[in-house]
Amino acid sequence: MNDIAIELKGINKSFGLVQANKNINLTVRKGTIHGIIGENGAGKSTLMSILYGFYQADRGDIFIDGRKTVIKDPNAAIASGIGMVHQHFMLVENFTVLENVMLGAEESQILTAGISKARNELRRLEEEYELEVNPDAIIEELPVGLQQRVEILKALYRGAEILILDEPTGVLTPAEADHLFRILEQLKAEGKTILLITHKLREIMAVTDEVSVMRRGEMVATRPTAETSVEELAELMVGRRVLLRVDKGPASPGEVALSVEGLTVRDSRGVDMVKDVSFDVRAGEIVGIAGVAGNGQSELLQAITGIRRGVKGRVLLQGEPIQVTGEADPAELRRRGMAHVPEDRQHMGLVLKFDESENSILGYHGDPKYLNGVLLNTDAIRNDAIEKIEKYDIRPPNPRLKTANFSGGNQQKIVLAREIERDPAVLVIGQPTRGVDVGAIEFIHKRIIEMRDAGKAVLLVSVELDEIRSLADRVLVMFDGRIVGERSADATEGELGLLMAGVEDDREAAE
Amino acid sequence: MSAPYAKLPAWVDYGLIPLINLVVAFAVAGLVVLAVGESPVRAASLLIQGAFGYGEGIGFTLYYATNFIFTGLAVAVAFHCGLFNIGGEGQAYVAGLGVALPVLWLDQIMPWYVVFPVAIAGSAIAGAAWAFIPGWLQAKRGSHVVITTIMFNFIASSLMVYVLVDVLKPAGSMAPQTRPFADGGQLPRLDWLLSSFGLDIGNAPFNLSFLLALLAAFVVWVVIWRTKLGYEIRTMGHSPRAARYAGIREDRIIIITMLMSGGLAGMMALNPIMGDQHQMQLDFVTGAGFVGIAVALMGRSHPVGIIPAAILFGMLYQGGAEISFEMPQISRDMITIIQGLVILFAGALENMFRPAITTFFATLGTARSADSAPAAE
Repeated sequence: MNDIAIELKGINKSFGLVQANKNINLTVRKGTIHGIIGENGAGKSTLMSILYGFYQADRGDIFIDGRKTVIKDPNAAIASGIGMVHQHFMLVENFTVLENVMLGAEESQILTAGISKARNELRRLEEEYELEVNPDAIIEELPVGLQQRVEILKALYRGAEILILDEPTGVLTPAEADHLFRILEQLKAEGKTILLITHKLREIMAVTDEVSVMRRGEMVATRPTAETSVEELAELMVGRRVLLRVDKGPASPGEVALSVEGLTVRDSRGVDMVKDVSFDVRAGEIVGIAGVAGNGQSELLQAITGIRRGVKGRVLLQGEPIQVTGEADPAELRRRGMAHVPEDRQHMGLVLKFDESENSILGYHGDPKYLNGVLLNTDAIRNDAIEKIEKYDIRPPNPRLKTANFSGGNQQKIVLAREIERDPAVLVIGQPTRGVDVGAIEFIHKRIIEMRDAGKAVLLVSVELDEIRSLADRVLVMFDGRIVGERSADATEGELGLLMAGVEDDREAAE
Repeated sequence: MSAPYAKLPAWVDYGLIPLINLVVAFAVAGLVVLAVGESPVRAASLLIQGAFGYGEGIGFTLYYATNFIFTGLAVAVAFHCGLFNIGGEGQAYVAGLGVALPVLWLDQIMPWYVVFPVAIAGSAIAGAAWAFIPGWLQAKRGSHVVITTIMFNFIASSLMVYVLVDVLKPAGSMAPQTRPFADGGQLPRLDWLLSSFGLDIGNAPFNLSFLLALLAAFVVWVVIWRTKLGYEIRTMGHSPRAARYAGIREDRIIIITMLMSGGLAGMMALNPIMGDQHQMQLDFVTGAGFVGIAVALMGRSHPVGIIPAAILFGMLYQGGAEISFEMPQISRDMITIIQGLVILFAGALENMFRPAITTFFATLGTARSADSAPAAE
């Protein structure tokens, strides 16, 4: 009896000069949950893409159930019993669950027979794995947690014995993530093999049986989960010791630096995304806004920073009003001491096709110190960029390199250096460590704490609850456009998780 | 999934790929020539001989190239802002008024060096004005410039027919054109420039506007890459959201860019009107506005690329005329087909060979780095 589901031997893959996978060996036992962790760019996604047939390995062999298998495309992967749940769902939004599950497996030109077969099969799968979902619901009307379940159903419908999940919890509430893990346990109990790719160490510890760590294209270690620790895994991922807890002293809040009163923001569809939100941020404190992505945090940030227009309400920056419902101009807000690290650094915070030095002045390009009459003072800009590169340890240290060629962590450092070095009174920062490697997270968190300790007001929005809990002095939870509760930083995850899921806050209601 | 991709060396990106595209375009054009029963080799040699083989040919090639530098720059400036200005043709056409009106007013009382600056300003202002309306509509109303500039080409065409036939045509004349300009409306030729290489320019209308075109190319480079305005234009072009974030006003930048683009297209009118025909005739733009799109694509929207691309198209115009003269089988339309093929391969299919070439260089790279590893397969 062969109990090995997947065996990879000597997998190599290069993209031009970049070697994404070096001599990877991996053994996954049947009926286990096997975690794969690594920093961004460590080669996890490449390896999984090879396993799922998106890419071909340059060298090396894949054995599925002990048989050498050539996976030339995703269809071959499906035929070998491999299913994949992508980070970004591959669903047709305006189709029903049933139609999505059938898509690509219709079996004939006339759909009637296929539909009834799929419906029966779906019912069986739902009962077997507790994957309840209404087969006639339209995808776009389902919450993300259920959409993900449809992805899993799709894979199972195609007879997957091996399931690959790529960063599955990025869009889920803690409760939804827990539910997902229960489903995975159930699948495991039924003998399915699961490969879980994530950068969240906590998840690895919670659900996996074994864990493999990748670093810079190499498989550096495989451990039984029970015999390892978060600290050891972090060290293996980064290659050096990492401080996971942020050292921070108590806050000493001063004057109110940013004040939001009754702000309402409407999106282009005419839906109110932020509903009558009020809060203050004082100098010398970090206020964190927690919430599942898409509950109005982005719109709130953009309205405060003058990028998006609000329809109602007032925002005061150091006591002076910002024209949030009218002519708020990001350039003017910068001059008044507000710095903004946007959530979407690749499309908003940076111009990826620009040189590093060009991005290091974005938004401040009208500053006379970067200008020489009507011309840009390229020397001053470059020297300024070099200074920031040194101070923030941006790698590679080349101000002329295209920004797209920096890693996520270094791109984020470019934005942070630009915004923090202006010595703003208020720092508004969205998803500071999204897509950033562990080593850089530590650095970024330290900088944010330093800003607070220097008496700046920091407004932090993040979908990473751990990040909010370790950085913020006060936590506001947003749900469906409203602030549904305020907690101190030592609130439990369960408590915050309930608020994030929109469960009515008794204490707040009692007041 | 973000697959890392191999970056090509600059000489491949800017040298080899355009060259391959060009060779393929000429190979396909050769097949067309073969199909009508002529020798592609003779056609090619006629083309090159006609464009570069003698002084007058070179003069004509550079005369056409002058038009294409202006219109190519116009399209390129708009590209940098993410705008596709297809209206160079109409902007240049209307700008003819900006040239002709001051010249008709001043040519008999002022020397050319006084008239010329006025005409430059007139052409740029008229071209910019014609581009302003689509720019304003895009910035304030979101009407796509591709649509509006195409429309404005037709409006320009009708407007100019009216102006030439009903307003500017001298009484008693049968031809829809202005009266011939006096000396003050005629730009000096650059025969000295070519004769310093021992070439005789003959009748070629190669004139001072060529130097103005080179100057314009330099100014465009400075503005786009070395000024705050250019920085804002490029930010807009690459990422409108980053521009919003940076406090750059989208409507303002779109309008300014369209004004610059229209102004550059407008200056093209100087070359045929003051440099060659010495009067404004019907349809003097002859498609240069559209060729400018191909020139900008081929020149990668960079002045250093636009100048050689403009000369290449100048060569196709001039050498093409030579072919149709020598080979009766090959009509002017055939030349248009060849030009179309160059546009197709160099512009529209610019990326056709890129994946293969990238893979080729990538394998070269891996082969080098994997030398030490034992060879599989």
